Amino acid sequence: MTNAWISGTVIATLVGVVGFFVVMRASSFAAHAIPNGAFAGAAGANLVGINPLFGLVIFALGAALGIGYSSRRTRSDVATALALVMMLALGAAFLATSNEYEPAINALLFGEILGVSSSEIVPVMVLAVVCALGLAVLYRPLLMSSISSELAVAQGVNVALIDVLFLVVLALSSALAVPVVGALLTFSLTIGPPAAARLLTNRPHRALACSMLLSLLTLWAAIASSYWSNLPIGFFVGTFSALVYLLARTWDTTRNRRLARTVA
Amino acid sequence: MHFIFEPGFFSNTTVRTALVLGLLVSVVSAAIGVFTVVRGQSFAGHALTDVATAGGAGASLAVISPLIGFIGGGVLGAGAMDAIGVQRVKGRDIATGVVLGAATGLSALFLYLVTLQTSTTGSTQTILFGSVFTVEPSTLPDALWLTALVLATLFIIRRPLMMSSISPELAQSRGVRLRLVGLTFMVMLAVAVGLSAIVIGSILSTALLIGPPASALKFSNRFSTAVVFASVLGTLATWLGIILAYDSYYWSASHRGLPVSFFVVSLVVAQFVVANVLAQRRRVRVVHATEHHATPEQVGWI
Repeated sequence: MTNAWISGTVIATLVGVVGFFVVMRASSFAAHAIPNGAFAGAAGANLVGINPLFGLVIFALGAALGIGYSSRRTRSDVATALALVMMLALGAAFLATSNEYEPAINALLFGEILGVSSSEIVPVMVLAVVCALGLAVLYRPLLMSSISSELAVAQGVNVALIDVLFLVVLALSSALAVPVVGALLTFSLTIGPPAAARLLTNRPHRALACSMLLSLLTLWAAIASSYWSNLPIGFFVGTFSALVYLLARTWDTTRNRRLARTVA
Repeated sequence: MHFIFEPGFFSNTTVRTALVLGLLVSVVSAAIGVFTVVRGQSFAGHALTDVATAGGAGASLAVISPLIGFIGGGVLGAGAMDAIGVQRVKGRDIATGVVLGAATGLSALFLYLVTLQTSTTGSTQTILFGSVFTVEPSTLPDALWLTALVLATLFIIRRPLMMSSISPELAQSRGVRLRLVGLTFMVMLAVAVGLSAIVIGSILSTALLIGPPASALKFSNRFSTAVVFASVLGTLATWLGIILAYDSYYWSASHRGLPVSFFVVSLVVAQFVVANVLAQRRRVRVVHATEHHATPEQVGWI
């Protein structure tokens, strides 16, 4: 349980930051496709008998680079869709050839709060630090190109390079989150709290902090609920993320109405 | 002959049903997929599959017809995306994402409860990944009328839909009601992907919705040509995939076949790669010959 809290806290903080940029850049589809691709990697790693974390990282990176490369040649949503289905189909083929026990697959898809063992906590931390360093280095050009790519180009930022590097960070953070939150639900956490944070404030730095905080609260609440109720953590992550967004949205609408009334 | 078609391929009812359903789904996916790709709504098209899957899982829990669950779930999801703001391009990404995220959460709960209820293994995978070999022949009549519904609706709204897909501003100035057309399209998209998700699984649903239309659009800007071409490509990939999956059962001594989805997706992606290469060559030639600009007549929407 301690492992779950530690890794959960690290993952939620990281996903809160990465998700903020995902929402700013409107790259939800890639954020959905990459964790799912990572799932196929874990299934493949199981098949050849190596550490699933390797499979997760390799496939997530493969998906990210594949999307980044083909987005330059074709519509990026088409490239993402095709990369996603190819990964999932590989995953299905791996599962068909291995004798994987079904609960193990469900844990990968829907998350498992005890998904990180003590021996895995070190590689998880190392990857998290790599992601955090990457984000720190990229922070200014990434923020600028997320707000306005024209502005970033004018300032001499290599926007295409930033795109790819951001996808790589997204891939690494997804690979971390999948064993705990699940391939399908990593996405919910990536979108819900950051989208809510953006509704609460217009200032980028404040929104970023808010996104981290909401993401932490969501995952902590999900871990606790899953622990007490014995229901899958994925259900709570999905529901709480949507709930946070819904609340922010309601708050935003009432504030706008009040503002409109004041002006009138 | 046995080199290609392993024994019993054509006398097998499961295979025959699979081939017919594969054809229906390929055609309906091609028709709606061409618009989906042009409108840049691939993400919504994929997300609705997952939302439909949540509905399907809910239906199997409530012991109602899975078809109602899949289609109902998809249509509800489309409505929710519209309410949050799928119409505005900027909000579309978030609206789709939030609905997809919430639906996946529900899926997680439903599938967990399903596995508690039934002791049969593999139910999660069947719902999530689907298999055309597990479809009951009794699904065929429903698949037929739903296909007809989607194709007829697309045919009726084709003009305003084409116009609003290419240029919303122009369409609006000509009196097209963008929101109504957009919502009708989304509901039809939900019905189409719900149908294909239940018949061939959610992976193939997205693959056939996006792959063949994207390949076809590399060769023709005309909607009608692209739809026909995409139907052919989709059907080819599906049928060949079914043949290979059936054969793969005989490849290994352990008789564990590879899933249909693996073969069909590989073929769809291969088609797309080839289409890209060919289109690239053609573009180079065209640019060399003249500067080419498509007129509205050539695009085919006037």
